[in-house]
Amino acid sequence: MPDSIFTLENVMAAAIAISLFGYALFGGADFGGGVWDMLASGPRRDRQRELIADAIGPIWEANHVWLIVAIVLVFTCFPPAFALLGIVLHIPLTLMLIGIVMRGSAFTFRSYDVAHSVAQRRWGRTFAIASVITPLLLGVILGSLASGRVVPREALLRGGSFADIYVSPWLSPFTLSVGLFALTMFAYLAAVYLTVEAENDAELQEDFRRRALGAALALFVIAFGTLLLAVSGAPRLVDRLTTAPWAIPFHLVTGSAALLTIWALWTRRFRLARVTAAAQVTLILAGWALAQYPYIVPTSLTIAEAAAPRRTLELTLFALIAGSIVLFPSLFYLFRVFKGRKEIEIRD
Amino acid sequence: MAMSLAFHIIFAVVGIAMPVLMVIAERRWQKTGDPIALDLAKRWSKGTAILFAVGAVSGTVLSFELGLLWPKFMEHAGAIIGMPFSLEGFAFFTEAIFLGVYLYGWDRISPRAHLASGILVAVSGTLSGIFVVIANAWMNSPTGFDLVDGRLTNIDPVAGMMNPMAFQQTLHMTLAAFTATGFAVAGIHAFLLLRDRANEFHRRAVRIALMVGVPAAILQPISGDLSARAVAQWQPAKLAAMEGQFETERGAPLRIGGWPDREARTTRFAIEIPKALSLLAFHDPDAEVQGLDAFDESEWPPILPVHVAFQVMVAIGTFLALLGVWIVWHWIRKRELTDNRLLLRALTLAAPMGFIAIEAGWVVTEVGRQPWIIYGVQRTRDAVTPMPGLVVPFITFTLLYILLGVIVVWLLWSHVVRSPRSVSASGVGETAA
Ligand code: HDD
Ligand code: HEM
Ligand code: HEM
Repeated sequence: MPDSIFTLENVMAAAIAISLFGYALFGGADFGGGVWDMLASGPRRDRQRELIADAIGPIWEANHVWLIVAIVLVFTCFPPAFALLGIVLHIPLTLMLIGIVMRGSAFTFRSYDVAHSVAQRRWGRTFAIASVITPLLLGVILGSLASGRVVPREALLRGGSFADIYVSPWLSPFTLSVGLFALTMFAYLAAVYLTVEAENDAELQEDFRRRALGAALALFVIAFGTLLLAVSGAPRLVDRLTTAPWAIPFHLVTGSAALLTIWALWTRRFRLARVTAAAQVTLILAGWALAQYPYIVPTSLTIAEAAAPRRTLELTLFALIAGSIVLFPSLFYLFRVFKGRKEIEIRD
Repeated sequence: MAMSLAFHIIFAVVGIAMPVLMVIAERRWQKTGDPIALDLAKRWSKGTAILFAVGAVSGTVLSFELGLLWPKFMEHAGAIIGMPFSLEGFAFFTEAIFLGVYLYGWDRISPRAHLASGILVAVSGTLSGIFVVIANAWMNSPTGFDLVDGRLTNIDPVAGMMNPMAFQQTLHMTLAAFTATGFAVAGIHAFLLLRDRANEFHRRAVRIALMVGVPAAILQPISGDLSARAVAQWQPAKLAAMEGQFETERGAPLRIGGWPDREARTTRFAIEIPKALSLLAFHDPDAEVQGLDAFDESEWPPILPVHVAFQVMVAIGTFLALLGVWIVWHWIRKRELTDNRLLLRALTLAAPMGFIAIEAGWVVTEVGRQPWIIYGVQRTRDAVTPMPGLVVPFITFTLLYILLGVIVVWLLWSHVVRSPRSVSASGVGETAA
């Protein structure tokens, strides 16, 4: 029995978590852009939409691959977890897929359809709606994981109605509030990123600054509500987030990142806000991931139980390292080409 | 899943081959300054952007569907075929990144960097195709594990990737992508040329597309023969179904066409070439070919679809290869391709053929493997999810795909095809869209 937490399977689980962080920071913000597309308003409505489309266009497909990497790693390194999730969360996962399909296609169709046509407007609306629904479902899925209600197949297959097995694990006030939380978080990220994106247009920048501050407030309120619901909805999560040795420092750092972002937005230090908002979101997700540990599906499967044979993990880790050597410089290049006006930073 | 794959494969194939066409056109522009070549590269890249997006989202659906529909399959096989899928993940990343650079970077980066990103898209697209097909080949000829009490143990993912069908299938699939896309593009532009003969834009397009399509089409029957021989060795029941071979015999004939009759255990109305099957499959006219009678009936794949699909694929393969030879010959004699109406007609006819052959080929592979999901290891019915009511997602995705398919065709038509009218070699009278 390895005592260290740096076992091979934990390393792979961490890699999955990091891919998900990547998806949230980059892909999530693309969805958030869709939310602001839907909420575009005021005299600069069309310019807001254009800014969003220009920001997302070159990068959304690359950002989307974070999710694929995460899912591929789950089924390679933790096959039983993938099987369990595929059965119990079949419905929300399928709905999320439909959202992903609609968002991506509608965005592309809009970009390439006849300008200012009725069809193009319709694509715009589809894109916006799908951008709202997909993060909601993603949140619901992560929420049901955290809630510990995704229970093993054996327990499910014996008796239990359709709703007991396939619906109740993911449909509860708590999971819905996590959905709302994810949506708000993505919208918040997007608004912060867009303030930088709008660097050459002070009016637009102000629009998104106001939106970012509003979203920050909303995020705070929803986080609080989610936490209250979690007391009964995800007791283990709450327990870990309050009593684990890392809990207090963790909350302090996350809270500081949040305050720092608000301060930076307030004083119009947009590039700083972009970094701290990304840090804040990463920390929130890291908190969730740490609270899950040592489970991959709380509390049905631990990381160690679900792990694939050692040889598979070793080879996948090797593939991961080799892949990263190609990946990170390429990503860096992509963002430098499209986002690096003054300096190089992470950006949606 | 089968339906999502049948849909996805079309876009995947385009994603593999289209970048090659774009890169050739762009390179020609860079070398000669020919504005038509630039226009072609730009128009093609718009079409590719649309197709790629749909390919990416339908591929995402597939990654999840493996778990949503076949959880037990993944539980069994994930650890062993996850390896090619992980590598594929990185290939996707590279592909998506450089496609973004390529599509949106026309005036942001140097011409050289732009061309290089196009090349990277082509390379990583081909690699991603190769990696998935390796996973599929493993389902056909699983290796790299020991089977103990129905579970896979002693797993060796590298040996899994080196499975005996991997080389044949990836070669055949890659060639198929170039054949199908090359002829489809050439066919569309040939069709437009028939209406507008002097159009230099379409003439260039046909030439570039055929540079990719023709060599692949000529090689395809050779690669198909390699595949068939591997099937004969590793999946004899599939070969028997492909050929409508009910009885084990020496010196088995090759059947062209025909209608297998399961009840009567015979294939009717086929043209039989004596000993040709033994010769093709084993390179020995008197080799024994196992018929379906060598297998328990519970292990028979559905014979009719497999046989018919195989005939369709081979017929198209033969047609495209002959067309390819004709094109080469014509080119050698005349240094011109677009002067012959009959050739343009044949190209128009060939436009959808490659894609039909691809769908048919996958029916051969997949249906021919039934009742197994992992040949000889796990049956398809043991892999399916316990979730009831699967027709609901099935119908939803079918409708969704039909909708997307219609829109894509419409957009491509309005964008790529509604082309500059009568462009002469001297100038492009075009409204850059
Ligand atoms: C442009 C498309 C195309 C063309 C012209 C051909 N094929 Fe094909 N074939 C495919 C596209 C394809 C495919 C869709 O790509 C398949 C499905 C699985 C695979 O690896 O390739 C395939 C599979 C496939 C298999 C089954 C492999 C397996 O089950 O593992 C055989 C035996 C052949 N082909 C043989 C041929 C022959 C003898 C052809 C000759 C004339 C031919 N194919 C032309
Ligand atoms: C790497 C690629 C592929 C993988 C991993 C894969 C996987 C599978 C699996 C798991 C099944 C069994 C379950 C089912 O019936 O749906 C299957 C069957 C099938 N697949 Fe594939 N497939 C691949 C490529 C394709 C492609 C490209 C097509 C395109 C036409 C295709 C068509 C089918 C069909 C028609 C069946 C149904 C067989 C039957 O039940 O009679 N497959 N495949
Ligand atoms: C024979 C079968 C297949 C081939 C040749 C193939 C090839 C490709 C290619 C070339 C792409 C690039 C995108 C595009 O061109 O549109 C792609 C996209 C994708 N494919 Fe497939 N694929 C096959 C089957 C599968 C299967 C079985 C899966 C799932 C497990 C899958 C998952 C994906 C995913 C997730 C993407 C999107 C990647 C992105 O976002 O760029 N594919 N595929």
